[in-house]
Amino acid sequence: MIIGIFLTGTLIVGGGLFFNRNTAVNYLLLISYLALLWFFSIYELNAPDRTQFEFFKPDSLGILMLLTISVVSIPAFWHGYRYIALHDETPKSRGLFFAAMVMLISACSMAYISNHIAVIWIFTEITTLSASALIYHHRNIRALEGVWKYVFICAISITFIYIGILFLSLAVKQAGIDDLSFDSLYTHASKLNPFWLKLAFLFIFTGFTAKLGLVPMYTAGIDAKDKAPAPAGALLASVLMNLGFIGVFRFYAVFSHTPLLKWASTVMIVAAVLSVFVATVYMTRIKNIKRMFAYSGIEHMGLVILGLACGGIGVYAAILHIVLHSFVKPSLFFQFNQIYRVYQSKSIYDVGNYFKYNKAGAIVLLLGFFSATAMPPSGLFISEFMIFQSLFEAHYILILAFILILLTMIIWGFGSNIFRLLFTPPIHINEAQIPKIKAWESLPQYLLLLIAVYLAYAPPALLVNLLQDAVKLIS
Amino acid sequence: MSLLYVSIANRLLTYLRILVFQGFILFGVTYLTLTDVNHVNLILILLETIVFKAIAVPWFINYVIRRNEITREAEPYLPNFVSLIIVSLIFVATIILSHFIQDKNLDKTYFVVALSTLFTGLYLIISRKKIITHVIGYLFIENGVFILSLAVGNEMPMLVNLGIMLDIFASVLILGVFFNKIGDVLKNPDVNLLRNLKD
Repeated sequence: MIIGIFLTGTLIVGGGLFFNRNTAVNYLLLISYLALLWFFSIYELNAPDRTQFEFFKPDSLGILMLLTISVVSIPAFWHGYRYIALHDETPKSRGLFFAAMVMLISACSMAYISNHIAVIWIFTEITTLSASALIYHHRNIRALEGVWKYVFICAISITFIYIGILFLSLAVKQAGIDDLSFDSLYTHASKLNPFWLKLAFLFIFTGFTAKLGLVPMYTAGIDAKDKAPAPAGALLASVLMNLGFIGVFRFYAVFSHTPLLKWASTVMIVAAVLSVFVATVYMTRIKNIKRMFAYSGIEHMGLVILGLACGGIGVYAAILHIVLHSFVKPSLFFQFNQIYRVYQSKSIYDVGNYFKYNKAGAIVLLLGFFSATAMPPSGLFISEFMIFQSLFEAHYILILAFILILLTMIIWGFGSNIFRLLFTPPIHINEAQIPKIKAWESLPQYLLLLIAVYLAYAPPALLVNLLQDAVKLIS
Repeated sequence: MSLLYVSIANRLLTYLRILVFQGFILFGVTYLTLTDVNHVNLILILLETIVFKAIAVPWFINYVIRRNEITREAEPYLPNFVSLIIVSLIFVATIILSHFIQDKNLDKTYFVVALSTLFTGLYLIISRKKIITHVIGYLFIENGVFILSLAVGNEMPMLVNLGIMLDIFASVLILGVFFNKIGDVLKNPDVNLLRNLKD
């Protein structure tokens, strides 16, 4: 019932945004959508584990992600509003931008709480469609290239997920059941044919890596986050990655009820370590700030999957890490928009002395850098530390050492770029052209970073309960 | 039937004709395979294969080719002979693979054909220069997936339908629309022009 209201609400708001040309009505629609989203999440929070419409069953993991997306979407819309206001857009492109954003957020939210693998798959397709509208916002050749690559790779990975579902259905059919919902998969997990289950895992995992941002399909996401306007890039770098995580997590949870758990963990560890490695290689030599943020996301997803694969405390840490990451990374992307307004460039060679031009923003960058590299005042430090602990407990000492070396190199690469941006004087810059940016425009970034710290160091009982419940899915 | 199909998919020269042909063959295969699904469903699937895969998509690609004045050559990176050998190797590998699988729910012929079409499509994508051949390679993959869904889907028509509808949605709407746009912005449809976005 309530899901029906949410879906129709989304369609009405999306359609209204798309066809309406009036500014005031558009923003009114956005505000009402936010209210609807919040109402929906809070309702689901108070009525967990209830099957609705046959395919949706919000468990604690889904609710946690739903709350995260509700928090992140407020600054995303606000920055979207600022972005549109500063770029003299036509009402048409503005409408399309916000409609695509609404569709993206709704599709992610529905995928979080769905209890059926095919339903997750459908909503993943919808996110591809809406994300491509966001990436192609600027209608130039670079954006076109980004969107073409994104769409092509996502189409292939979605086909992979479909093949995986077909193999899964073979496994399910052999066990004599014809229900592909996760609940039934969990109960009958031990009866499923291991061979088909393995094949299904390989295909589904590979497919979801396009959204999650891991080796092998991570490339699509990088171009997308680079080319999309920063407020949209923030969504792509946080909530959309969470969608990939949900897909992998739920299917991995099926494996945790079978003897194949070890095998699945090994596959995931290989992908995760390779991802961190790739992120290191690019982060140490990258010159485009926005792409650097995107690669930092690849690194974090590698760590999350590593924690998930190690089990034990790692699962708890992985979920905490991905929640905190989806607060930290958007704040960096939001701030990037202001950097671009100052320097009109993404290249590290054109920027510098940011402290002089925008103090509040520079402090956001500094704090964001500490947060994203998981240095102690940051919330990610807690979860990353627990991930290392789980690696240690699972006796992956060599992997742990390797990862730690890679992370040190990442901190060096990230840090040298960020400090260059903050302190080194820029070479060619016309100071008269630099716009004054008000300090309050960085306020949402501060709040997001603060939330991440607060949730990690003084976790409210609600968060702990949800996390512990979610961990129980992997037994 | 499947052998015929394989020998055609092997040549990879006149892509469009092959796509049309594949569409018709899929029609025949579905008609023979899906015997115990209800009529509405059957009609839907048949419509999809014949109208959509065999007529609409090739026509649309033809339209795109004409409109953007793409030359008719495939411009592969490798000579055709090497391609032929690689594709044959793919067939042999899938046949060997299928011998290791013992499963009564699975029709092996379909499985072999599906997997080889799939890998051939992937090979097509990586070995050709033009974007339009990438799209065609993707359509080959879709056909392979369709056969795969037939191989497992006789008792789960729901899954087949779902796959079909969303495959259509994904492949043609997205790829088609954007290819149209690419033609507008980019007068020369060579994938090498889309190489600038890197680190």
